[in-house]
Amino acid sequence: MKIAVCIKRVPDMETRFKIAASGTAVDEAGLKYDMSDFDGYAVETALQLNEKQGPGETVVISLGPDVVQEQLRKALSMGADRAVQLKADRVPTDGLSIAGALAAELKDGGYDLIFFGRQAVDSANATVGPMTAELLGLPCATAVSTLDIANGRGTARRDLEGAAEIVEFALPAVVTIDEGMPRARYPSLKGIMAAKKKPLEVKPAQLGAESLTLEKMELPPERAAGRIVGEGPGAVPELVRLLHTEAKVL
Amino acid sequence: MANIFAFAESRGGALRRVAFETVSAARALADASGGGEVHALLAGAAGVAALAAELGKYGADVVIVVEHAGLANTNVEALAATAAERIKSGGYRAAIFSASAQGRDLAPRVAAKLGVSMAGDVTTLELAGDALVVTHPAYAGKVIATLKLTGSPAIVTLRPGARAAVEAAREARVESAQPVSDPAASKLVVKEMVVGGGAKLDIGDAPVIVSGGRGLKSAENFKLVEDLAAAFGNAAVGATRAVTDDGWRPHSDQIGQTGRQVSPELYVALGISGAIQHVAGMRNSRTIVAINKDKDAPIFKVADYGIVGDVIEILPVLTAAVKEARSKG
Repeated sequence: MKIAVCIKRVPDMETRFKIAASGTAVDEAGLKYDMSDFDGYAVETALQLNEKQGPGETVVISLGPDVVQEQLRKALSMGADRAVQLKADRVPTDGLSIAGALAAELKDGGYDLIFFGRQAVDSANATVGPMTAELLGLPCATAVSTLDIANGRGTARRDLEGAAEIVEFALPAVVTIDEGMPRARYPSLKGIMAAKKKPLEVKPAQLGAESLTLEKMELPPERAAGRIVGEGPGAVPELVRLLHTEAKVL
Repeated sequence: MANIFAFAESRGGALRRVAFETVSAARALADASGGGEVHALLAGAAGVAALAAELGKYGADVVIVVEHAGLANTNVEALAATAAERIKSGGYRAAIFSASAQGRDLAPRVAAKLGVSMAGDVTTLELAGDALVVTHPAYAGKVIATLKLTGSPAIVTLRPGARAAVEAAREARVESAQPVSDPAASKLVVKEMVVGGGAKLDIGDAPVIVSGGRGLKSAENFKLVEDLAAAFGNAAVGATRAVTDDGWRPHSDQIGQTGRQVSPELYVALGISGAIQHVAGMRNSRTIVAINKDKDAPIFKVADYGIVGDVIEILPVLTAAVKEARSKG
């Protein structure tokens, strides 16, 4: 199958973020980057599908400045066949603008499946995948935790709040990948060497006008320092008393 | 004066709590604009119209009811076409969906159909001139982003629980409508609904969450966590990623950066060290209690109250004490 996986470069979330002087971005000094967690699962899912059902092609796509080539190379070293950078000075805040550029690239690509992560772990809007599906007129299974592909059709599980639904859809389709799907493999040394020779095409991103803009970024208020009530089971009565009289949650 | 659209989510013939939250948020926007109307879209199988009055209680002036056998389960393509058509013809200033699994599925498709952008998972929203200004927790909850939507209509998904539903009772007028596209023609359909354990509260709805980590040591020991949840009576059970990865609990129970983000009144972290991955999902809880054997565990930095000790030993004592406290009222 021909599978496209759209990935995003994001900073490591374990970082203690600072706000940049502009007030509209995080300070990039010292940040480490990787592809967004769910996007890594999406690459892995595509690779496993093609390994099992081969022959196929896995194409990774990322929109942004040249630094995104680092994440595209990583996906190639995991085993993707080729990569496309949709070059832009920055990643727009507006998801529809991004979806438009991706749809323009994907439209005539002849893909059976187009994968996204459920959401980017930095901006966390969860909009680009289903928007791209809509622009392409394709079915979209969002936030799937299982996925089976057979005979030109897909079956997936979507976890809802307190329930789940099993959806069926015709290919070609867009699927956004959630927890439950396989974690990204670590690239092997052989994979890293092979990735250097794999094609990475750079094209200008066809971005539309933006109607969602970032006005401000700030750190949330720190939680007031808590206290250790005590040690062991003996501290339970005091905890329960505090929950009752002070926090008033019991 | 601005009219506002709200999507009223239902499942299995009953409204979900998030339906009242979106209607209530729409009511607040309409009132702030100088008194516009709130129009709620309610879709489902035959009989769903009976729920319209409940939406009036939270401020809906009009409930657009779409009853169709093909909408008994979610049919995202038919719903998106129907909502987009209505939003377009209604001339709404803003359209509010929930950032629930269904709303996150639906709203981006509606926005793309209308050719406007949207903001996902917002916690506050207010009209500012021609724009809608929203806040949204980003970067695993470590950054609060303020965003401005200048498209018309402005579309958002509202984080469940971020804004309590407030009663603003009125008699809602009911309008009947048909799906704009035939549900049977959709390329994606729900084949089966898998309903979770009966009356068990969902972690997104529960005022109390008791959550377990690796410190519980085994899947079997989650019985102790369930016992504590039962003692509270209004609690749901959550888990860390390590626990769901090990298969001790289902993935849908995972709270954290790659799981669910919750903000209950009380969050009890049991045998949880407090990795960023987990804290990202629960740091906005009103009161946090942590029990962990390591006094230096990062969870104690976000907890209001902590007990240092063996969670397996402490849990039965805590469960008994909670039971007793509740029996006294």
